[in-house]
Amino acid sequence: MSDVPILKVENLCKSYGDLEVLKSVSFEIHKGEKKVFVGPSGTGKSTLLRCINRLTTPDSEFVYLNGEEIIHSGKKINGYRQKMGMVFQNFNLFDHLTAIRNVELALLKVKKLDKAAARKKAMYELEQVGMADRADFYPAQLSGGQAQRVSIARALAMDPEVMLFDEPTSALDPELKREVMEVMRKLADRGMTCIVVTHEMKFATSFATEIYLMEKGEIVEHGPPSEIPTSPGFVKTRAFMGSYVEE
Amino acid sequence: MADIINATGAAGGLGGFFQSIAESIMTQIPFWQDVLLPALWDGLWVTMQLVVMTAPLGFLFGLLVAVSRVYGSTPVKWLAKLYVIFFRGCPPLVLLFILYFGLPSVGIVLGSFMSALVGFILCNSAYNSEYLRGALQSIKRGQLLAARSLGMTKMQGVLYVVVPQALRRALPGVSNEFIYLIKYSSLAYVVAVIELTGAAKIIASKYFMYFEAFAAVGIFYLVIVTIATIGIHWIEKKYAIPGVSGSVGKVSKGN
Repeated sequence: MSDVPILKVENLCKSYGDLEVLKSVSFEIHKGEKKVFVGPSGTGKSTLLRCINRLTTPDSEFVYLNGEEIIHSGKKINGYRQKMGMVFQNFNLFDHLTAIRNVELALLKVKKLDKAAARKKAMYELEQVGMADRADFYPAQLSGGQAQRVSIARALAMDPEVMLFDEPTSALDPELKREVMEVMRKLADRGMTCIVVTHEMKFATSFATEIYLMEKGEIVEHGPPSEIPTSPGFVKTRAFMGSYVEE
Repeated sequence: MADIINATGAAGGLGGFFQSIAESIMTQIPFWQDVLLPALWDGLWVTMQLVVMTAPLGFLFGLLVAVSRVYGSTPVKWLAKLYVIFFRGCPPLVLLFILYFGLPSVGIVLGSFMSALVGFILCNSAYNSEYLRGALQSIKRGQLLAARSLGMTKMQGVLYVVVPQALRRALPGVSNEFIYLIKYSSLAYVVAVIELTGAAKIIASKYFMYFEAFAAVGIFYLVIVTIATIGIHWIEKKYAIPGVSGSVGKVSKGN
C-alpha cells in the first residue's frame, strides 16, 4: 500500500436545511482496500457516497483523490467522476440501450474511443461479469441481478481507481443477490478498491477489510471485521448486527 | 292492375334517378378534369410545402423549448415558459392576422407564405414542447445521475440518455400534433396563401359548385392524413424499444 491514499475524506458535512445528514465524516482508503459502511437506514451512508463523487454537493470541500483536492468548480469534476465508478441500488441502466451499448456509451462520448475499440472494451467488461451472452438484451429484458451486473460492467469500463457501491443488492431477491455479490468478490480479488454501503451483514463481514458503523450522520465505530465478535470497540456494531439478525 | 302500374312507374322512376345522376356526373367530368382537380393539385402542393417545412422546424424548436424548461437555468426556464404561454394561448388564426396584417405597421413585411409558415412554426412548437416536456420529465432521474457518474456532462446526459427515450414517449403526442397541423394549415388561406382549402374556395365561388369542391377537398385531406398515419405507425414500430415504448417483448428470467 502506498502512503498516499486513493481517496481521503476529511470533515465531510452535509445538511438539508436544519437536518444534518453528515456530521464531519473522515476516513481514507488505500489501494486494494475494501471499506464497508453499515448502519440503520437514514444515517447518511448513501449521501456519503454521493458527496464523494459530488452527485450531491457537500457543504465542506475536503475530498482528496490521490492527494488532489476535488474542487466543485469547472468541468474537472467529470474527470474525477470517471475515476470513481458508481453502482446504484436501482441499477439506473439506460433503458433505450442494449446491455453492451450501456457499457459503450461513456467509452464513446467521454473517453472518445473509436467504435471498434469501445465495442471490444465493452465486451471484455461484460465477460468479466458473466453477461456476454446477454449483450444484445435491453434492460427491460434482464433480471435484476443481470441488470446490476451490467451496471457494474458499465462502471468498470471507465477503468476507475475506486468503486462506490450504493446498496447494490437491496433491490434484489436473495437468489439474485448472490450473483451480484459473487461479481463483487471477483472484483475485490483482482485488487479493486471498493467502498460499499450495504445491509448485508454476512457479506459485509466476509468482504470488508474494514467495517464502519454509521449512526445519525457519524462514524461511531470502525475496524477490521475480525474484531467485531470480541473487541470492546464494536459494542454498537454487535448490537446492530444482533437487531438486524433478529429481524 | 293498379299495382302493376305503380310498380312499373317506381322502376322507371328509380332508373330515371340513376340516369340523371349519371348524366350529371358525365356533364361534370370536364369541370373536374379541367378546373377543379388542377386547382386542387396546385393547392395541395402549397399545403405540402407548409406542412413539410413546419413539421421539422416546429419539432426542433419544441424540443429546444422543452429541454430549456426542464433543464435550463431559472431565466431560461422562464423564457421558455413565456414562449409556451404566449404561443399556445394565442389562437393560430389571430397569430396569422398579427403576423400578416399587424407586423407591416411596425415595418416588418413577411408576405403571405412566410406569415403562415412562421405562425404555424410558433404554434406547432409550443404544442410540441408540452408533449416533449412531459416525456422528458417521465424519464427516471437516476439515469441522468448514472450518466454523470460516468463522467458525462449534464448536456451529454440529456442528449444521449434522456432525449432518445423522451422522443419515443412523446411520439404519439407529437404525431397527433402533426396530423392537426395538416388540417390547420388550411388557415393559411386567411392570409392569402392559396393552399388546398383556399383553392377549393375560389373554384367553389367562381363556378358555384360548393358541394363538389369541398367534398373533393375533404377527400384530399383524408388521404393525406391516412398516409401520414400509416407513416407514423411505421416510425413508432421501427423505433420501439422493450421497456421504453411499444411492448416489452420476451423477458428472460434469472440466468
